[in-house]
Amino acid sequence: MKINDIPVHTVGREQSATFDRKTIDYIQHASASGLYEIRGLGAKRALPHFDDLLFLGASLSRYPLEGYREKCSSKTVLGTRFAKNPVELEMPITIAGMSFGALSANVKEALGRAATAAGTSTTTGDGGMTEEERRSSKTLVYQCLPSRYGFNPDDVRRADAIEVVIGQGAKPGGGGMLLGQKINPRVAKMRVLPEGVDQRSAARHPDWTGPDDLTIKIIELREITDWRIPIYVKIGATRVFNDVKLAVHSGADVVVVDGMQGGTAATQTTFIENVGIPTLAAVRQAVDALEDLNMKGRVQLVVSGGIRTGADVAKALALGADAVSIGQGILFSLGCNADTYVQGGRHISAIDDYARLGTAPGYCHHCHTGQCPTGVTTQDPLLEKRLEPDVGAQRVRNYLKTMNMELTTIARACGKQNVHHLEREDLVALTVEAAAMAGVPLAGTSWIPGRN
Amino acid sequence: MKMDAPDAVLFDLAQTPVRELNQFLHGDLAGVKRVVVGNPDGAHSIAVGVDAAVEVLIDGHAGYYAAGMNKHAAVTIAGNAGPGVAENMMSGTVRVKGFASVSAGASANGGLLVIEGDAGLRCGISLKGADIVVGGDVGAFSAFMAQAGRIVVCGNAAENLGDSLYEAVLYVKGEVKSLGADARFEPMTEGDFSAVAELLAAAGLKHDARTFKRIASAKQLYHWNADANQEY
Repeated sequence: MKINDIPVHTVGREQSATFDRKTIDYIQHASASGLYEIRGLGAKRALPHFDDLLFLGASLSRYPLEGYREKCSSKTVLGTRFAKNPVELEMPITIAGMSFGALSANVKEALGRAATAAGTSTTTGDGGMTEEERRSSKTLVYQCLPSRYGFNPDDVRRADAIEVVIGQGAKPGGGGMLLGQKINPRVAKMRVLPEGVDQRSAARHPDWTGPDDLTIKIIELREITDWRIPIYVKIGATRVFNDVKLAVHSGADVVVVDGMQGGTAATQTTFIENVGIPTLAAVRQAVDALEDLNMKGRVQLVVSGGIRTGADVAKALALGADAVSIGQGILFSLGCNADTYVQGGRHISAIDDYARLGTAPGYCHHCHTGQCPTGVTTQDPLLEKRLEPDVGAQRVRNYLKTMNMELTTIARACGKQNVHHLEREDLVALTVEAAAMAGVPLAGTSWIPGRN
Repeated sequence: MKMDAPDAVLFDLAQTPVRELNQFLHGDLAGVKRVVVGNPDGAHSIAVGVDAAVEVLIDGHAGYYAAGMNKHAAVTIAGNAGPGVAENMMSGTVRVKGFASVSAGASANGGLLVIEGDAGLRCGISLKGADIVVGGDVGAFSAFMAQAGRIVVCGNAAENLGDSLYEAVLYVKGEVKSLGADARFEPMTEGDFSAVAELLAAAGLKHDARTFKRIASAKQLYHWNADANQEY
């Protein structure tokens, strides 16, 4: 090597932090197509999350429970404020609303069966209630969305709870989107739409505007259901402290807060990544709002958006949530982004199908195309067969049970006989950001940024 | 509640809460032909979620969501109706003798809504198959994203009529201030004339069907178009 030779990979090939490969790809794609990217799932960027919190297990100052011998209850009741029949669940882990249309009828049936076997609830979505999911779900939450697709009084009456959806974490302030390739004849009929059109559902409800109207709308739903079932209000996490207060004032039994890691079947990438706040920050603001109104325990809080494990559930509960709701985790459980799908007990590779979509297992977010290689987010008559309801139901049941066991493991370690006894005092944060957002001390200190 | 005739029941809302009225309407209505609601005084959610072929007369003004999600019932409001009258109706008929506020017939799937006076903003928003006949004018953004069904307006329509229409069809006799995105005038066919005549007859309104104009979707928003520059 001559004295004047410079190693080019350190100086001559420095990647720009501002214009990195991803950004250059984005600009060149926009330049070539004149289109923004639409995709499924939730925010992919790194965010302060439950990973940044740790539990302080029991020791000399706290007394633990025996891991395998002493009972730890995970029973959960939602909707105790006004409903004659609150929702009673065996675990604080519920299945989030995902539409028939985004998902196939097989998937909706599998989710109902899994939720019933695990003793929890599942939720309809922006497309109405299918017979398959009503039949298979012991406890079914029926969403009332701006589009009102498939919304009808018979399904209102046979629901176990109603969730008025104001927004979702992936796209607070945005409506729905179901691209034409997923509007098959049955989906079209349920939504009263022509087959194959690109369907953009409204961002605002058609018959009310603002929280004062919502109060009256909720009473109408209660009157229609004779005050039997709980009414949830779901919001996408933005101004959570104010929005939760308004939801409570509007008469909600349960407030569902969905952070920006929450998924969607199809939305602009720029919307998913740049609008809304992380779930971790949202939980604390929601709990603060309930405590400020002295409504903690009277109005239940359900948190969603990037909940993956029993530890995430435990942390959400310790911060003050009453339950969590899971969408994307359930999709992965069913086989979303898996290498294979199961047919008649045999694993079959889906790698080539991922490649045809320009992606690979672990990276796929092509829910919006309807070409799901594992048959989860599709209406294609051949692809949807790749998810057998029996297989799907068993997997999701296993996943729910696993998380609940992890949850009780942590609760016992913290000395709790009931998972709902987990408290903020059991938590510390690993980063200054997480400490500030969650309002718990930085590990090894008593410092809560912004609070003391 | 009092029986004022063998097959008619009177609820005086000055004495009885709306809750009791609705609970009664959701019960076994065998033998009940007619329910009269006295002193409604703008109460909300009167006669919501009815699922029976019963006649309901609301003897005055109703608040929000009167006859919401109606099935089979024939509901008459002798006065004005608040926001969302007959919202998400499935079948039956709802008649407003006076004016209706915003979002009349929002997302209604079936049945007939008649408003003898004017209707406010967003009349027939997200309509999903019901028919609406308005004796007077309709406000701005009426029939916004209406998917199916028919709306007949005997007076004028305000701004942005039929914005983002799907398959619903609108008929207007008077002036249309402006059409919304993707809505367009289309020639009336014989089928349109007879549809309008039939709806006017059902509503009991006397107008010449030949004087109505047809508005429907140009279907330019049915598929995503990058060159539209979001001009809609």
